[in-house]
Amino acid sequence: MKSRLRKTAWLYLLFLIPYVAMLWVPSYNRVEPTLFGFPFFYWYQLAWVPISAVIIAIVYFVRGDE
Amino acid sequence: MFEHINPIATAVFGALFVLVSALGFMAARWRQAPLGTLHEWGLGGGRFGTLVSWFLIGGDLYTAYTFIAVPALLFGAGAMGFFAVPYTILIYPFAFLVLPRLWVEAREHGHVTSADFVRQRFGSPMLALAVACTGLIATMPYIALQLIGIQVVVAALGFPTRGFVGELPLLVSFLILAAYTYKSGLRAPALIAIVKDVLIYITIIAAIIIIPAQLGGYDKIFAGLPPDKLLLKPAVRNDFAGMSAYATLALGSALALFLYPHSLTAVLSADSVKTVKRNMMLLPAYSLLLGLIALLGFMAIAARVDKLPQYAEYFAQYKGNFAVPALFLESFPDWFAGVALAALAIGALVPAAIMSIAAANLFTRNIYREFVRPDCTSEQETQMAQIVSLVVKVGAVAFVLALPTQYAIQLQLLGGIWIIQTLPAVILALYMRFDPRALLAGWIVGMAWGTWAAAAQNFASSTHPLVLFGVKVPGYAALYALALNLSVSVLLSLVLRKRRNQSSPSRRPEAKLRA
Repeated sequence: MKSRLRKTAWLYLLFLIPYVAMLWVPSYNRVEPTLFGFPFFYWYQLAWVPISAVIIAIVYFVRGDE
Repeated sequence: MFEHINPIATAVFGALFVLVSALGFMAARWRQAPLGTLHEWGLGGGRFGTLVSWFLIGGDLYTAYTFIAVPALLFGAGAMGFFAVPYTILIYPFAFLVLPRLWVEAREHGHVTSADFVRQRFGSPMLALAVACTGLIATMPYIALQLIGIQVVVAALGFPTRGFVGELPLLVSFLILAAYTYKSGLRAPALIAIVKDVLIYITIIAAIIIIPAQLGGYDKIFAGLPPDKLLLKPAVRNDFAGMSAYATLALGSALALFLYPHSLTAVLSADSVKTVKRNMMLLPAYSLLLGLIALLGFMAIAARVDKLPQYAEYFAQYKGNFAVPALFLESFPDWFAGVALAALAIGALVPAAIMSIAAANLFTRNIYREFVRPDCTSEQETQMAQIVSLVVKVGAVAFVLALPTQYAIQLQLLGGIWIIQTLPAVILALYMRFDPRALLAGWIVGMAWGTWAAAAQNFASSTHPLVLFGVKVPGYAALYALALNLSVSVLLSLVLRKRRNQSSPSRRPEAKLRA
């Protein structure tokens, strides 16, 4: 159990992904491409809500409750 | 005097309010246990499972003021207001790492507040006092803002906005809130949060379907926006402009959120680490909701609600905060406007209750028991907390009624700058070794600089125009103040440790010192 936890500790690095995506503001400060009438700026950030939840879920289900 | 009242909306609103109040009083008997300890009254016994915690934490973090102020920000300032979305995205990975550790530590030592952690880790009553006071002064204006949320909703129902009659609905709702919080403790908001969230979800789903259809679709809503509201001000040479402001606002707010006493109270009431972790995975559902609610601000621009003569008086008084209520009144039939406005008002009661409980816990645990009556029994401690929760609410009502709304908003802005100064002592100390004197010094520097930075902006904005090597990096003053605080805390800790190592070869790690 302990060794599995240590082996999967790198999964926490996944948490950096939403941070990089959200803090790199110039990468999404634009209108095109639009989706369902939403400019990119808005739908892209909204899309990151479920993506970051899935990232947390991956870490949670792989590592369990410790 | 009452000729403007919307009878159908008010009736629906009143019925929902009565239902919720009854629930609040019944909550005392829910999962019954003797309410004679602070752990039972102030943390609901720490027995809330995944689902109840989800409602409680969600109802606590996503406050009525959020539902009114975030769209108001988009309505007034445009894209910058959307920082609430990256903010709530960045919270949960961070909280997933940190909160389980805090929860375990709290369970081990019987902690109820953030200052309890600091007291036990460092054995420094002064540092714990600093953390407790920061929590108290940051929470009080937050409670006042919830009241302002209720005020706006009551005005939208058509009640007079000035004079004693205008203040009556606010007084009555807070009296009822105070009574059931006193009686049921944290169980009351936990139960009410379920109703609140169901109402909010119904309202928002209806809003994002019905209103865009009335306005001709999302593309039309966005197409009608002026370009400076549609996107952030891009960076140019020598100026990061909107880019750094947006990123630092999101990051700083995310780091600060779980330092607020009411957030921690809700988390510590969870029954297990598993519940905490599952909630960090499930709470983003609310962030999606918040993102959609934020867009109501743009819908209000498209619907031109501020140009309608019947709302002119309200916009003059409440500014952008009236955008969402006006949009609901314009777009929904009266009965559903009643539901939507009730959702907002009840949405104010849940966090207001939790905030007053959290403030009461802080005062009782870290000031009263620490400095006034160290020998008090747990019954006396709980009774004191119940009384303080009343005092806190009365204080908030008096504040809102006696002073201009602007003060509460400015103080809440300062509250965000202040509360983040407890991050090193409460959270970073889990991972790093600090000297308590260094933390106190860092806290003083952070508080002082942050307050100065906000004052330099006339308390109108929390964005500080920092210039680094000739490049403008406008950013959230709270984050810059935290950077200063952290530099002082780390450097001074190193200096103090080095000095002690020289004076006594048998060093004792300061974190192991117990009271």
